[in-house]
Amino acid sequence: MTDYGILVDYRWCSGCRACEIACQMEQGLPPQRSGVKVFEAGPWQIAGERWQHDYAPDFLDECDLCAKRTSRGKLPSCVQHCQAEILEFGRIEELSARMSGKKKQILIIP
Amino acid sequence: MEREYLLVEHEKPYSYCEDGLTVTRTSAWSGPGCHLGCGVLMYTDELDRLVKVEGDPENPFNQGRLCVRCLALPEVVNHADKLAHPMKRAREDRGKDKWERISWDAAYDLIVERFNAFKAESGPESVTFWQGTGRDISTWITRLCWSYGSPNYVVALSGTACYAPRVAGCRMSSGAFWLGDFSQQFPDRYDNPQWKLPELILIWGNNPVITNSDGMYGHWVVDCLKRGSKAITVDPRRTWLANRSELFLQIRPGTDAALALGMLNVIISEEIYDREFVEYWCYGFDELAERVADFTPEKTEQITWIPADTIRAAARMFAKADGAIVQWGVAVDMTKETLPAGQAISALFEITGNIDNPGGMIAPPSILFSTGGWGHEFLEKDARKKKIGDAEYPLYRGAMQIASTDECIKTLETDRPYPLKGAWLQAVNPLACTGPDPKRTLAALNRLEFIVCVDLFMTPTAMALADVILPAATCAERDGIRLGDGTQRGETINRAVQGGDCRSDMQINLEIGKRFNPEAWPWENVEEMYTDILRETGLTFSAMREQAPAYPPFEYHKHEKGLLRSDGQVGFQTRTGRIELYSTVYQALEQDPLPYFEEPVPSPYSTPELYEQYPLVLTTGARQLGLFHSEHRQIPHLRALHPEPLIYLHPEAATRYGLTEGCWVWVENEKGRAKRKLSLTNALDPRVCSTDHGWWYPEAPAELDEGLYGLWDLAINQLITWQPGKSGMGSNYKTLLCKVYPVEAPTAQTKGEQK
Repeated sequence: MTDYGILVDYRWCSGCRACEIACQMEQGLPPQRSGVKVFEAGPWQIAGERWQHDYAPDFLDECDLCAKRTSRGKLPSCVQHCQAEILEFGRIEELSARMSGKKKQILIIP
Repeated sequence: MEREYLLVEHEKPYSYCEDGLTVTRTSAWSGPGCHLGCGVLMYTDELDRLVKVEGDPENPFNQGRLCVRCLALPEVVNHADKLAHPMKRAREDRGKDKWERISWDAAYDLIVERFNAFKAESGPESVTFWQGTGRDISTWITRLCWSYGSPNYVVALSGTACYAPRVAGCRMSSGAFWLGDFSQQFPDRYDNPQWKLPELILIWGNNPVITNSDGMYGHWVVDCLKRGSKAITVDPRRTWLANRSELFLQIRPGTDAALALGMLNVIISEEIYDREFVEYWCYGFDELAERVADFTPEKTEQITWIPADTIRAAARMFAKADGAIVQWGVAVDMTKETLPAGQAISALFEITGNIDNPGGMIAPPSILFSTGGWGHEFLEKDARKKKIGDAEYPLYRGAMQIASTDECIKTLETDRPYPLKGAWLQAVNPLACTGPDPKRTLAALNRLEFIVCVDLFMTPTAMALADVILPAATCAERDGIRLGDGTQRGETINRAVQGGDCRSDMQINLEIGKRFNPEAWPWENVEEMYTDILRETGLTFSAMREQAPAYPPFEYHKHEKGLLRSDGQVGFQTRTGRIELYSTVYQALEQDPLPYFEEPVPSPYSTPELYEQYPLVLTTGARQLGLFHSEHRQIPHLRALHPEPLIYLHPEAATRYGLTEGCWVWVENEKGRAKRKLSLTNALDPRVCSTDHGWWYPEAPAELDEGLYGLWDLAINQLITWQPGKSGMGSNYKTLLCKVYPVEAPTAQTKGEQK
């Protein structure tokens, strides 16, 4: 599965944490554990009306990109349920090509 | 009369097998509480246990996505503490954990015997029927109340200060309720050729990515922003959406009406309103112009704390947008003078012609309009005259089918104008959530001779007050149709979990209702009742569940085609046939016919002496991820997202009062205090703090003498007063003054932290 990854468009991550609960429910993990965790930076003022406030998910050791789901043609649970639709699952080279020219992108290879 | 509904294609039947699990395609509405009803797939195993919930990618509403509450639904449905059987308790044991399990028939017999005795001795008006936020209850509880014969249908909230003021205000001044057009009325959504992307979304008094109010899936805002819409955010808190907006208007809580009047001043004085729309379709523009003439941006800045130039820029951007939405929320309702606030905000989208247009404000299509109730024809004329609050409030007498909650509290206390005897409390938790002043509320309700609660879990309200409690089914355990707020769809709720002794709210009300008044409940079972409601679709309930969701026909510009008035004439369903900027209804009901602003009480300006003692403006009830009002505190994965009640404060203010991040504080005003954990944030003005509502600890000792689940430490509503606005609607849930100081001995809070 190392050919696959998740592309995160974190400009629009709203911090809704659907990915975390989707992961925990899919894998039967307790609240303290997850294959993905959302982090927050801000809000703080940079200058004038310019403020820093972003969320972004990080993918952790317990993420296997939902191998069982994807082998049956489903999306990883976090990707399907992401409310802001900022997660994209695919082959690394395809995702990497889609990143070019865009800002606030993270390519995840767990 | 049948209407042509648009249906959604499905690959599979509504129930099918996948990998040894049964999958049920359904809508997650409701309980646990929610205002939406997203399309979901529920997975059950061979033991009839709900093991997983996924978003339904075929459903146009949420398009496969889900929020944390639905994802964690199995923990609710399978929870060990979920009420499993009807129970009763002697009246003298109220507040004690002394419940006795009884059968459904025994429970119904007891309730019917007591309620019929009250009816015979004191009249049907002596029994009151209470709901909370009304997730999925309004339709069924109103029919039960009115067909029993009581006029006293009550929403357990001071001033009915949620959704109803905006709906009532809009309907009185324009004959319809107006919501943002996010293409939700079309099954092909953003691809629909009639729909147009709104150029501007004015987010006002709600945080859509968390709150999902008014039948609006919050992330539709994000969908539109990604497609190119611009946003303006009006909020006391600099939200994530505020930081993705062109302008952020950091408003002083409770001054929404002033901001709208100031923006109207700019739009009218700069003549950037829609002249043609105003000339053809609006009534009373000159009077409105005169009213706002002195509401300059500079004056508005003094009141709202928003810079005048920002107000000017927002007004211009809104007026000039080609398609603008006001994505408005409950903050507009939760101010004392809510009707004029809603009226002023409505005037913004009305005089700019953002009515009934693509990418503007639409009148959401209905199958069964439920805000206000169902089955009022069963209420006798004599009983109608006895509705509590009608004597005090012309608006309630003249235009509302609901009783005044604030007057009901007084009636409970004084037996005037007549003594109350019984109450039916369904999906409502007034002590921990909706009711101001919970100790007063408890004492008032405790005077009743007999109280029935219907809920999913034991609540502080049921523990303190119920004589009988009936276990309601979750959305996984029942059949139903989604008839809530916002845009209605023929959306079926299909039972996924078959076992258990709980019953749906609808089944309970049908079965009890038949015993009170069989004529009002002619159906053998709920399925027949749903089929009857869906009859204009030409589909039975069981046929609809294979097809759902079904979309009622929708057209734009209905006012130009004679589709908004009952007489088929063009225009709006008002006396003048126009949108009434100057309301002839308010005039007839002895209210100011034009929008106005009144300084909230208390506030830094209306009560300067109190402000010296309580130097922070406090707003309550901003929604938190995973928690629907007072629900979900016992659901492990959701509680972990927000384990404790928080108060948010600017670091400067914290330094001033010697407080540090994470410390426990008392939030106090002249009425009472509540305990909170401190969270520092730059998102607030240093003069303003914001705190959660609806807190109790299900894990704390339950009995009244032991603290009622920690309620007296946690209930922020101990700072709030039963006091509606002049019309009887609206209340100051979001505009208070407080001080914040450290809790000396950290004891009670350790419970929650051990989780």
